[in-house]
Amino acid sequence: MKRTVPLLITSAGGFVLIVAYFIPFTQNWGELAAIWFDILAAVAFILGGGNLLKTHLKRMSDRVRGWGYSGIVVVSFLVTLFVGLAKVGVNPSPQFTDFAWSGQYRQMGGAFWYLFQYAFTPLTATMFSLLAFYIASAAFRAFRAKNLEASLLLGTAFIILLGRTFAGVALTSWIDPAVWDGFAYFTGLRLENLTVYIMSVFNTAGNRAIMIGIALGIISTSLKILLGIDRFYLGKD
Amino acid sequence: MIEFIVTQWWLVAIVIASLIPLAMRFVSGGLLETLRTLDRRWIFLLLLWSVLIPIYFIGVTGRTFPEVPSVLARATFDEIDRLSPGDSVLMAFDYDPASEGELGPMATAFVRHAAEKKLKMYFMTLWPIGPQMIDSTIAKVITADFPELAYGRDYVNLGYKSGYEAVIKVIVTNLRELYTTDSRGTGVQEIPMMEGITNIQQMKLIVNVSAGYPGTKEWVQYAVTPFPQVRLVAGATGVQAPLLYPYVPRQLPGLLGAIKGAAEYEKLVVDAYLGANPHPKYLEALRRMGPQLVAHLLIIALIVVANVVFVIDSRGKKR
Amino acid sequence: MRRENAVWIALLLVGAAALLWRSAFTTEGMGREYVRAVPVANGQWTQYDPATYSDYQRAEAAAPGQAEYQFSLPRTLGLWLAAFFTLAIFSFLFGDNPIYKVAEAVLVGVSAAYWMVIGFWDVLVPNLVGKIWPAVVQAWAMPGLSGPEAEPSPSYIVALVLSVMLLWRLAPKGGWIARWPLAFIIGTTAGLRLIGFLHGDFLVQIRNTILPLAVIEGGVFDPWASVQNVLIVVSVLCCLVYFFFSFEHKGVVGATAKVGIWILMITFGAAFGYTVMGRIALLAIRLEFLLDDWLWLIDPTGRRMAALLTGGGLG
Repeated sequence: MKRTVPLLITSAGGFVLIVAYFIPFTQNWGELAAIWFDILAAVAFILGGGNLLKTHLKRMSDRVRGWGYSGIVVVSFLVTLFVGLAKVGVNPSPQFTDFAWSGQYRQMGGAFWYLFQYAFTPLTATMFSLLAFYIASAAFRAFRAKNLEASLLLGTAFIILLGRTFAGVALTSWIDPAVWDGFAYFTGLRLENLTVYIMSVFNTAGNRAIMIGIALGIISTSLKILLGIDRFYLGKD
Repeated sequence: MIEFIVTQWWLVAIVIASLIPLAMRFVSGGLLETLRTLDRRWIFLLLLWSVLIPIYFIGVTGRTFPEVPSVLARATFDEIDRLSPGDSVLMAFDYDPASEGELGPMATAFVRHAAEKKLKMYFMTLWPIGPQMIDSTIAKVITADFPELAYGRDYVNLGYKSGYEAVIKVIVTNLRELYTTDSRGTGVQEIPMMEGITNIQQMKLIVNVSAGYPGTKEWVQYAVTPFPQVRLVAGATGVQAPLLYPYVPRQLPGLLGAIKGAAEYEKLVVDAYLGANPHPKYLEALRRMGPQLVAHLLIIALIVVANVVFVIDSRGKKR
Repeated sequence: MRRENAVWIALLLVGAAALLWRSAFTTEGMGREYVRAVPVANGQWTQYDPATYSDYQRAEAAAPGQAEYQFSLPRTLGLWLAAFFTLAIFSFLFGDNPIYKVAEAVLVGVSAAYWMVIGFWDVLVPNLVGKIWPAVVQAWAMPGLSGPEAEPSPSYIVALVLSVMLLWRLAPKGGWIARWPLAFIIGTTAGLRLIGFLHGDFLVQIRNTILPLAVIEGGVFDPWASVQNVLIVVSVLCCLVYFFFSFEHKGVVGATAKVGIWILMITFGAAFGYTVMGRIALLAIRLEFLLDDWLWLIDPTGRRMAALLTGGGLG
């Protein structure tokens, strides 16, 4: 029962969506299943937040190393949750002034907006901007043209890095029929044009092959899940 | 350039002072040995200066590099430009502040183009933080420069719904079952421009700004592929753009890749609609191409230097 | 005291002194936010829209002491907080340190709660509670809910039951109850993706690869387009041969697979180039925030034109 019913639910949910794709009469069933999925995805956010709270409260109670930072996590979590759910600092909608809760939770000037603007945005944006430094460091430490394949990779990278900026245009601007008529046949060798050809021919072909391979993998994995062959999500019991 | 160095002598002094310890290491330890054991924090510092100094230079002088739009940027532009006033366009802004550097200028340019063409804009997003990005783009372009456009008549913000690609799966056949209200809580029944709109197949074009998952790939798989009459153009991050080329042009007629794509598209919109003195907020990507160029040259130089050291060491070992 | 620590402390003191001097002792200062007070709903409350320093200066010049455009202390403090967080995250580049860890902890807490609030107000209230008890939602938070969308829909009770079962995962006992909604999530994802990938990424990609090997436009043979198409078809086939591991990569198969590897290397080189492009832009916008919004050293969008001296600089 504990494992059979979930297997049946998995198969039913999946096959309803597949059948709905082919039989217009069943389209509504597919829409309903997808909407329930959308709602469960929102509930998953609550699950994630709850799990985070549980984990960090445990770290604080066990006094593990660095539990002070867990305290900061819990405090910032609870403050954000409170100001967001309670719509702190949010005025009612101008159309419905009698309804105190009618204002938008993201309203500019509200406490939730303040946290987004001055805490969330700088923190996430700066966290991602660190990657630029690591890519430069990795390029210096790891990228070696040890063989033909690595040289091809590096050569392509150089063409793209130059061709997608003004440096590429400036370096090969001399390949111009105005300079010599014969150059009319070689304008494709200008770095910006080479970049276009590399992307539209070789990059397209390589990614298309990878895409086809991944698609086959996803199809087989999905079928294994829907047919109950792969039961990883049931856990041990 | 000379004038800049003279007037901004303090910046030059800071840069030189910060690199003196590195220069001293090269002198005392030898060039090759220092390069072999170089602390990565020196590379971080070089990258910081290679991005910061061009930003400061462009901010002070206002000079940018010229841009020549590529074929794909022009195809994206033409897809929006061929529409007629009053046509419905779904603006799907699937990104968050982490990708705003690349995608913010694209979103700004798309909305400006759509507003100039007097298209009816339906904003929505598959990312939780997307509504904030939509709010800020609307404030930056529509509220600031098109005060005659009315919310509910010319543009509407439908907001965010969770569920990743399942949202697309629903709204491609039944928009109103999922979007019962707009992002302000007004029932869709009360919004004039939602009259008669039951699904996104009725949109003349989908303009997607995508930072990852869910994004352009999902729009192609669940909206465009099963319903080929749906047309889609997209702006994607540098990480995602190469992966989308296999969809071009049958499933994705137009694609802007990374900040370069944004700069090319900005150039097209500015040349077509904004004249000789556009507001600087529409030139954000063009300004950002300056630090791009210098940083790219630095990375190429780092790779070349590292490989020269590698070759010298390999030959040394062979002997 | 170690020399490195002494150098860092000296640098931090110089930096703090420079910030103090710039904010307090220069003509235009730095790091200030201004707002425009707009009365809303017949003056019942005031909305504060963002304004620029130029707006404020123009308003003051026209009517000294006016109250419409004003300095905003909360948003100015917020701006300095954002700058602190930005520098705190950047400090990780020097090495892990407590300031970075504090910033990271704040990020984890704020983002988890942020997503929960969004899920609650944008999805659960209108699409779950609003579908089962629309009158409650209408009376409470969404008075604008109307029309057929405001009719109760009993089928959503199933979604409510599944949601409660999913939250059971947090309970100390009975975690197996969450398997039902998890199974539903896994099943629907598998069903969606099977079709999506089969159609869009497999069948249509094969269709996209069937290209004319001799391109004739308006009766004229186009050699370059033909070469491009031939290259695409051959490249896709070579890469697919490389991925076919059921045959040993020897002889003709081996040579084809080798060409496939070369095409893939070009693909990865292009991916690296674009990735670098992407990452640099993200760094650029953060540095623009520090130089423009916080330090007021540059003004590319003309928000402080009245105060900006020609050529920029420290003032």
